[in-house]
Amino acid sequence: MEKLNGLRCRECGRHYPAAPVHVCEFCFGPLEVDYRYDALKGVVTRESIAAGPPSMWRYRDLLPIEGAAAVGHHVGFTPLIRAKNLADELGCREVWVKNDSVCHPSWSFKDRVVAVAVTKALEFGFDTVACASTGNLANSVAAHAAEGRLKSYIFIPADLEQGKIVATLVYSPTLVAVHGTYDEVNRLCSEIADKYRWAFVNVNFRPYYSEGSKSYGFEIIEQLGWQTPEHIIVPCAGGSLFTKIWKAIKELKTLGLVDGPVRTKMHAAQALGCGPIVTMIKNDTDVLVPVRPHTIAKSLAIGNPADGYYAYKAAKESGGAGEHATDEEIVEGMLLLARTEGIFTETAGGVTIAAAKKLIERGVIPRDESIVICVTGNGLKTPDALQDRLETHVKIKPSLSAFDRALADLKSQTS
Amino acid sequence: MARMRVRLTFPTALIQEPIVYRLVKDFDLVINIRRADVKADHGWMALELEGDEGALERGVKWLKDRGVQVDPIERDVIVP
Repeated sequence: MEKLNGLRCRECGRHYPAAPVHVCEFCFGPLEVDYRYDALKGVVTRESIAAGPPSMWRYRDLLPIEGAAAVGHHVGFTPLIRAKNLADELGCREVWVKNDSVCHPSWSFKDRVVAVAVTKALEFGFDTVACASTGNLANSVAAHAAEGRLKSYIFIPADLEQGKIVATLVYSPTLVAVHGTYDEVNRLCSEIADKYRWAFVNVNFRPYYSEGSKSYGFEIIEQLGWQTPEHIIVPCAGGSLFTKIWKAIKELKTLGLVDGPVRTKMHAAQALGCGPIVTMIKNDTDVLVPVRPHTIAKSLAIGNPADGYYAYKAAKESGGAGEHATDEEIVEGMLLLARTEGIFTETAGGVTIAAAKKLIERGVIPRDESIVICVTGNGLKTPDALQDRLETHVKIKPSLSAFDRALADLKSQTS
Repeated sequence: MARMRVRLTFPTALIQEPIVYRLVKDFDLVINIRRADVKADHGWMALELEGDEGALERGVKWLKDRGVQVDPIERDVIVP
């Protein structure tokens, strides 16, 4: 089945053959994978998807790869949890948590995009993959490159804390620490991606890479029994995940796989210290004003997001809103999810929980409607965010009498 | 000759200034604007700069010193 038309410019609509390119040569607009939905209709069915593996590859026909997955065979199909305790706390009827904090192998949704990019790199005959990252993306690229027996180059700012490097270095990539400001490192990596014939996953492979995020949206709909929820709250960094979840829902609708009308409102969640997309939505303007990030939600800290405009458009089109979360609210969000559902998410998850709570309290999200909250990474990656905010409750000497006294004290405090 | 594809973002204070003209005049750069959106209080341009490598570097530095945000055309190359 020929499923791809190739690539298409999101701005001027020009077509390009499927190749490792990402920018329209005419208008410099971003390129996106263009599918032949007419050929896919009737071929991709609920049954064909259900017959696939319990991973993101059950949606392989809607991803931009020609053959089978080359790496990351177990990525995705993460739990969609009915969060009854959290719903009670929020005073809502139906709350779900899509939990990519347990996405295999590197514990974030980035495994979805990287698995597609690395598979595509192998299809195009590349022997080297690369990325510039301070966290989740670096972990995932290094892991998948190791599995695919590819060389990998990971670029990081030289001042990145040692603790964040370990989860990348363990896979034996070539780690390049670049001295310079964020802008200088950013520009250098763009130039490297332009010069070397490497699969720079989020640069020249971005059209393919970003499609992997759709699987997160496909899974939500399938796991809800092919129904669309009334609200999805998505953390935004570059804005790509937000637009791709929306694209996934629309694709399933186009293919006739969704029951009833699409009723989902897409809501964006960002930190107050780096929230340019939410600011666009709140001010109802398509002008993105870049910001200098200052937030504990490092995994969302992109000050000039490339997909910001498209995320704004998707929020508008769906009737959704946006909400910021302060650092304090982010921590409270992380603790709320852990305390109610036993899920330890990273700061980005704290942002979505906090934003959801505020949208509910503002009445933007009615309490009697179905809500999906996106949790995209694991809390064990960012324990420093909670370091000074949690304390041991009881400290005692190693004797039973000491414990008895402590327990009595605790009970008297809580009674 | 070196080339560079960049996205310039202009703050409100610079909207009335002939920034692109100065790039051509003072740094002898060839400018090819591919896409832009300039409003009364904010603006951006996606453009190609072409010129001597040293002049390109000096031009970009001048832009940044003036308060123009200069990003590679992809913008968020570094991802968390």
